[in-house]
Amino acid sequence: MKSLEELKAIREKMQGKVGFRKEEAEGIRVVVGMATCGIAAGARPVLNAFVEGVAQAGLNDKITVTQAGCIGLCQYEPIVEIIEPGKDKITYAKMTPDKAKEVIEKHLKGGQVVAQYTLSM
Amino acid sequence: MYRSHILVCGGTGCTSSGSAAIIDKLNYELAKNGLENEVQVVKTGCHGLCALGPIAIVYPEGTFYSMIKVEDVEEIVTEHLLKGRVVTRLVYDETIKNGEVKALADTDFYKKQKRIALRNCGVINPEDIEEYIGTRGYEALGKVLTEMTPEQVIDTILASGLRGRGGAGFPTGKKWQLARNLVQDGGQKYVCCNADEGDPGAFMDRSVLEGDPHALIEAMAIAGYAIGASQGYVYVRAEYPIAVSRLQIAIEQAREYGLLGKDIFGTGFDFDIGIRLGAGAFVCGEETALMTSIEGNRGEPRPRPPFPAVKGLFERPTVLNNVETYANVPQIILNGVEWFTSMGTEKSKGTKVFALGGKINNTGLVEVPMGTTLREIVEEIGGGIPNGKKFKAAQTGGPSGGCISAENLDVPIDYDNLIAIGSMMGSGGLIVMDEDNCMVDIAKFFLQFTVDESCGKCTPCRIGTRRLLELLDKVTKGQATMEDIDRIEKLCYYIKDNSLCGLGQTAPNPVLSTLQYFRDEYIAHVVDKKCPAGVCKDLLSFTIDKDKCIGCGMCAKQCPAGAISKTDYIAPGKKLPALAIDTSKCVKCGACIEKCKFGAIEKK
Repeated sequence: MKSLEELKAIREKMQGKVGFRKEEAEGIRVVVGMATCGIAAGARPVLNAFVEGVAQAGLNDKITVTQAGCIGLCQYEPIVEIIEPGKDKITYAKMTPDKAKEVIEKHLKGGQVVAQYTLSM
Repeated sequence: MYRSHILVCGGTGCTSSGSAAIIDKLNYELAKNGLENEVQVVKTGCHGLCALGPIAIVYPEGTFYSMIKVEDVEEIVTEHLLKGRVVTRLVYDETIKNGEVKALADTDFYKKQKRIALRNCGVINPEDIEEYIGTRGYEALGKVLTEMTPEQVIDTILASGLRGRGGAGFPTGKKWQLARNLVQDGGQKYVCCNADEGDPGAFMDRSVLEGDPHALIEAMAIAGYAIGASQGYVYVRAEYPIAVSRLQIAIEQAREYGLLGKDIFGTGFDFDIGIRLGAGAFVCGEETALMTSIEGNRGEPRPRPPFPAVKGLFERPTVLNNVETYANVPQIILNGVEWFTSMGTEKSKGTKVFALGGKINNTGLVEVPMGTTLREIVEEIGGGIPNGKKFKAAQTGGPSGGCISAENLDVPIDYDNLIAIGSMMGSGGLIVMDEDNCMVDIAKFFLQFTVDESCGKCTPCRIGTRRLLELLDKVTKGQATMEDIDRIEKLCYYIKDNSLCGLGQTAPNPVLSTLQYFRDEYIAHVVDKKCPAGVCKDLLSFTIDKDKCIGCGMCAKQCPAGAISKTDYIAPGKKLPALAIDTSKCVKCGACIEKCKFGAIEKK
């Protein structure tokens, strides 16, 4: 390494990775239901789509993608909850990786809830 | 991109409780469940809660698993990592009170801690330089080399008030300033690191080497720039194999990335580091002995002056600091003097790492701001004393330090306050003692250590400490007189005043401080021929209360000396004859007391 720029490049590449080991997650939390029902309905590709999408968008500092167990609405799996401090929890149902990309674009980046994917009972 | 990281402690503590096997099993189970590209296993340094090892933390949730076994790994993978269901039975009790999992930072153990020297320990993979860079690693070195003059670096360290964490508390910036200014002949200067951590019970330097070796490398390079040195040496004991190998890996990676070697960051500054292994002699932690040992000679101290800043390694100006001291340096450069001086007391800034051991619930490594009281460390962070026993004293500074008694529990701990109450900071070993510890015996234990470790070069230390030990031995055997106590005190001061190096000068401290705070215990041994704590065997006798004894014979079965036999006395209301101890055969091991369910055996 011969320059500070190179050091900075490595730091930026690694910060998302290491910064994710924070004790208290601040900001937005994306919680993917990953119980047996969720996995059977295809939650893992959805989870991975969120992880990758958030990283690509460079939002690791602000958004934590994590998993949870079954919330009891197995017929709507894969379920994704987006929890933002000070706002109502948004629950998306029957998610797919493509829908995940849309939610990242519109909701996480743009702040617009993608109403047609939300759980409406 | 991994969605989850599982950090497993690979420090010496957790490694000896089996963390390597857990890492293997984790990798196997993750592959079996097809999760190897989603979940990353990271081997880290020490988290500090060694008593609960092996430890693993799952992020981003921050779930803290403690005391895990290889058999538990499958469940962690299939339940938590695959399905997101935390395995609550394995979660550290304190993080899950009232049914809710709380953040580790909110637990009593971590709440009052402020981790600077240990900031990366347990958080990054010490064998991956990029993880260190990701936590702003080597940014301080870059800043120093491109934006600061050596004088500015020294001024910053001086203004921060950083003092040597190895024990004596000499201002670090002052050391650097002397090494830079006293000799300016353009010749070679050296930067050395004292990683010869020898105090019984202290292991913070090992933890930094194992958990964050690049912090040391970066700080030594900064010191090199400040004083004008291009070569550094780390003197570390060979008994720290994990630390040595991680440091070796770190140095190689730093060279590969051009952060050690020639023309660092294209600024024309050259710096490299070599490792020198010590054979574990305690005296080699003394600076002149350490440098003599690096030179390839027998590790013996020499008189000062000349101080190392003038004539150190190979007779050249040398800066020698301890590992924990160095670990603070990059943080001071990055975060500024104001940040650092906002922590601590008037004359002791920043934090100090303590290795908690002895009679305490949370054995481990803690880093607290200077000025924290012993009570906070013992009762809150340490979780108090096991089995409801009473606090009697804490020993700081190892064989060079002294005891802090209960009356000083609320003294804010810093360099000067500890000296004022007859102890010293030392490297930060903190051994807690309860009412079952005999203070004469403790003094004898530490003195035995210094007698064994005295290098023999000067007479006051070589012969004086041995005579002192013999006098203490007389006390613990009940053969001493009150005149002997006076002799002990006189000899202590003689050794302190006349020894060549720090080892001898501080060796009598454990005796003097116990005499100061627990003189009545010494007197009990001498006058009453009793050991109040029931430790000194020569002053104990074991007897069976014949009216409490039911004659079950459990004690006799346990006795290794065959000293217990039946009598012909049957107590009223009992069916079998009572037993008695033949004191001429009794070896006073205490095995019988542990077995007796009826409290019939007494130790006096």
